[in-house]
Amino acid sequence: MLKFILKRLLIIVPMALLVVTVTWVLIRVAPGNFYSTERSLPPAIEENIKKKYGLDQPWYIQYGTMMGNILRLDFGDSLKYQGQSVNEIIARHFPYSAILGLLAYLLALGIGLFAGIVAALKQNSAFDYGSMAAAMLGLSVPNFVLGPLLVLLFSLYLYWLPPARWGGPLYLIMPVVTLAAIYAAYIARLTRAGMLEVMRSDYIRTARAKGLKESKVLLKHALRGGIIPVVSFTGPALASLLAGTVVVEKVFAIPGLGNIFIQSVLNRDEPLILGIVAFLSILIMVANLIVDISYGFLDPRIRYE
Amino acid sequence: MSENNGNLLTVNDLRTYFQTEDGVVKAVDGISFELKKGETLGIVGESGSGKSVSNLSVMRLIPEPPGKIVSGDILFDGIDVRRLSDEEVRNIRGKRIAMIFQDPMTSLNPFLKISTQLMEVTQIHLGHSREQAYDHALEMLRKVNIPAPEKRIDGYPHEFSGGMRQRVMIAMALSCEPELLIADEPTTALDVTIQAQILELIKGLRTELGTSVILITHDLGVVAGMTDKIIVMYAGKIFESAPTKELFAKPANPYTKGLLKSVPDPAHEHGEPLYQIPGLPPDVANLPPGCPFAERCDRAEEICEREFPPFVQINENHHSLCHFAKEVHASSGGE
Ligand SMILES: Nc1ncnc2c1ncn2[C@@H]1O[C@H](COP(=O)(O)OP(=O)(O)OP(=O)(O)O)[C@@H](O)[C@H]1O
Ligand SMILES: [Mg+2]
Repeated sequence: MLKFILKRLLIIVPMALLVVTVTWVLIRVAPGNFYSTERSLPPAIEENIKKKYGLDQPWYIQYGTMMGNILRLDFGDSLKYQGQSVNEIIARHFPYSAILGLLAYLLALGIGLFAGIVAALKQNSAFDYGSMAAAMLGLSVPNFVLGPLLVLLFSLYLYWLPPARWGGPLYLIMPVVTLAAIYAAYIARLTRAGMLEVMRSDYIRTARAKGLKESKVLLKHALRGGIIPVVSFTGPALASLLAGTVVVEKVFAIPGLGNIFIQSVLNRDEPLILGIVAFLSILIMVANLIVDISYGFLDPRIRYE
Repeated sequence: MSENNGNLLTVNDLRTYFQTEDGVVKAVDGISFELKKGETLGIVGESGSGKSVSNLSVMRLIPEPPGKIVSGDILFDGIDVRRLSDEEVRNIRGKRIAMIFQDPMTSLNPFLKISTQLMEVTQIHLGHSREQAYDHALEMLRKVNIPAPEKRIDGYPHEFSGGMRQRVMIAMALSCEPELLIADEPTTALDVTIQAQILELIKGLRTELGTSVILITHDLGVVAGMTDKIIVMYAGKIFESAPTKELFAKPANPYTKGLLKSVPDPAHEHGEPLYQIPGLPPDVANLPPGCPFAERCDRAEEICEREFPPFVQINENHHSLCHFAKEVHASSGGE
């Protein structure tokens, strides 16, 4: 088990480097750069700046330096935000996304699991049809529509909730709901399908034949097998939720990582882009590793070497 | 109260139907049988003949919907099982009637330890504490000859071979010393040598505990040495019922004869390929008006296609569903 975890952690390094390399190539291949602003700089000044950031070197030297920096987890300074290191910027903005993402994740899990399990148990009941219709709706309404709709209703019409920005708990409600909706819908459907599948299996019949109560059959015998498909979905979901969802952060004007990432791309702020990309890819791989480890706890048939 | 005439189980005109897209599947259609205390009954028949459904009905384990027990009586020790509340049924399941299923690979929960799965039975039915239940589970594993049970009891099902898992299933089923054990094809999924071991085990424990047994199989060879009487099922109906010896000696139904012919004969191990009844079992959702076996039957005459056969009494304990039951009975035996 320990060996498995170590191995997976080691793989993260080359994978992250690969992702960063691809990003770096894309930045270079795409037309334009940080200096291609409307008002062109005097050639002498541009020359100076380029020297300062090592941009006058041949590409392989630049690439080598960058890789070296990344291996030391030092992404240098932002080009746009003078005097701020990329690491500082990530550290400052990631917590917003993380809090938002974590809350949305928990909300989606809570609603999704509950609705999915009850729908499966009361198959073809009003609850089943109702929650699955809601899930269908949740899946088909994109969050850039849901967010503004919520704002329209709860802020501009009912005056119940603040429409945007970061503040107390009230400020969190709408962004979290907007973010969680689609995941809750997906988890509900996965849970329902997983539970229905398991409830038909032979070992559930065995459990009933033993005289167990239906609640015990469900919680002790069926739940584990039923939520395995959910686990494989929630790993990547957690990563992408933590990483901040660009759209929701934009709609609610939240200064999270997603918002900063968009800015960095628009600004062609190369160190910042690479830093965020590296950070996110590591985050996603760690989240996936956690999922794989939790599989091992859920399913004793899985053994890691 | 001698209502039940010393019968542990009386099933009378049981009908269990399934509502499917192709129509109503009459999986069990009017079967009746009796089982006395300590007796062993064999139920044989090809796949889909309704063997499992009849016994799941006795346990009230038919998934509903799509299934439903539409009529009939099930009397267990004088109790009308169909009228019990869910809770009352649960108190019988696993305690007074236990069941072993066909596929030991899928019938144990892959996510739970063997100990957990064994312990929960006595914890609910006998009120055992965790320690008592654990000790009892160990003892049961010892009883079914699991080697080194104290080491294996905390293992998971995937760490056991098929035969060992079936032993665990048997240990689980017998934990509360049930009065009736229903073994639904307990050996079908196992190797031949393991099959024999498992049957010996069931035989031994049956004698030791005085349990009545219903042994379901599609192999007449399996029931020969183990049962007191046999019912032969086809298309949800009983085609023949008789004491074991008599059924083997003088079958009164062409279907039974076909099944008997297809039993592998150890004496002619390397002979011709095994006999098989031609054709396939009918679709029980769309049965023709006549005898459901008619089109596969070598004895069939014109009346068989037209009229449903009568359930003919050959003697006190021997019945056969056939227009020519008496003739078939008379012509068989001594061949
Ligand atoms: N849940 C169900 N839904 C619909 N039809 C069912 C269901 N369970 C059983 N049946 C039908 O009932 C009929 C009898 O099935 P049953 O399982 O009792 O056969 P069996 O004699 O036990 O066969 P086998 O030897 O294959 O176990 C079959 O036609 C089957 O398709
Ligand atoms: Mg069966």
